[in-house]
Amino acid sequence: MIDKAILELVDIKKRFGDNEVLKGINLKVKQGEVVSIIGGSGSGKSTMLRCMNFLEEYDEGEVCVQGRMIGYGADAKGNYIKAPYKCIQNDLKDVCMVFQQFNLWPHMTVLENVTTPLKLVKKTSKIEAEKKALEVLKKVGMEHKADSFPSQLSGGQQQRVAIARGLATDPKIMLFDEPTSALDPELVGEVLRVMQSLASEGMTMVIVTHEMNFAAQVSDNIVFLASGLIEEQGHPDLLFKNPKSEKLKTFLASWH
Amino acid sequence: MELSIFIEYWPLLLSGLIFTLKVCSSSLIMGLLLGIFLYLFSTIKNRLTFMIYRAYLTIFRGTPLLVQVYLIFYGGPLLGITLSAAEVGILGMGLYVAAYFSEIYRSGFNSLPKGQIEAAQNLGFSKRQILTHIQLPQILGLIVPSLTNQSIILIKESAILSIISVPEITYAAVKMASETYSVVEPYIFLAGAYWVINFVVSRFGNWVELKSTHYLATN
Repeated sequence: MIDKAILELVDIKKRFGDNEVLKGINLKVKQGEVVSIIGGSGSGKSTMLRCMNFLEEYDEGEVCVQGRMIGYGADAKGNYIKAPYKCIQNDLKDVCMVFQQFNLWPHMTVLENVTTPLKLVKKTSKIEAEKKALEVLKKVGMEHKADSFPSQLSGGQQQRVAIARGLATDPKIMLFDEPTSALDPELVGEVLRVMQSLASEGMTMVIVTHEMNFAAQVSDNIVFLASGLIEEQGHPDLLFKNPKSEKLKTFLASWH
Repeated sequence: MELSIFIEYWPLLLSGLIFTLKVCSSSLIMGLLLGIFLYLFSTIKNRLTFMIYRAYLTIFRGTPLLVQVYLIFYGGPLLGITLSAAEVGILGMGLYVAAYFSEIYRSGFNSLPKGQIEAAQNLGFSKRQILTHIQLPQILGLIVPSLTNQSIILIKESAILSIISVPEITYAAVKMASETYSVVEPYIFLAGAYWVINFVVSRFGNWVELKSTHYLATN
């Protein structure tokens, strides 16, 4: 059971018009595992991550979360039929995403940003939702800003609130799409520290990142993507110290 | 200045003013609602419905309100639709302004970052919850200035309804001018009346805008 993948991609292909962005991705993520996806811009990292929670509709292959295929059903002939919106959301209720641009709702306070999904989706009572919200905000060190609006916070603070908003829904898998790329350099650390504590608590995480040192520290598996294919993957100790593929060597050289 | 003529004519002017308020508010409500319907219609991903939408826009934005009102008033009976002048006025202005309102709604919806919707989607919101909790509360503040603007334009354009003998305020003022041979007094009154209506409308717009964007002004 331990070895069973909680999240699995099988031969995922994705095209934007004539441009094939993902050319057959296979990946298994086990419960409690931290996987970082690295690669140059345009290599398909973000698209791959977005396919995992169906923000991007893949064209071929299968994304499975906890054994259920996401986004499609099949008809009698085996053709894909897009699943209804509600069905997709239900299959993805344990997956939450943290975005590069935070995507907090600016018309709500920090507290409301966290409580609204609980109240609307999980039908939690107001009191329970606020209790839960303050708990997760405390965890990311933002409970003192509960009554502020997102526009009053720094980027790093906004991203920590966004992580809290996701955490409040008790996800089993968290996806991070370049969570520190939009931040000023001095604000990167506070977000990485929150992510690191999540990793140490055993959260299953998939992270698209340019923070190589961070990836090396927290990841169980590093996936190097190049032009729509997984070029190389492995434990950070092996992959960073002893890269095999030429593309990865070139990529890593550009970071030193 | 012959102000004494107002003693005789104030009931006519007052009923004209009330009529203008009725016609304008009815057609604005119609336009706001029909505009939402038109906007939603335009978002259907279908070539035919989109062409129908474009046709509606180009016809109602591309021809003068006066011509539209004339065509409904005189053309309606030919098609077996007989409406009172006031009904033609409300219908004509409502259809006309809905085309503008629909585009204003569209600009509002398009201006929200897509990521906010994706975040809501990702956290399990239904499409209706996204609309009512994420999109509408923010869009209101963004589009109120444009809606106010367009409403003020419509209120001023409502003067042309006097031509099809809708007994609104311009009709009353013209009648007064032609019966008393005093032109300046009724028209000064008329200008003042429109100014007051539009002043109230623009203040109301400001108030709604302020209320719905308070979260932006807290820096």
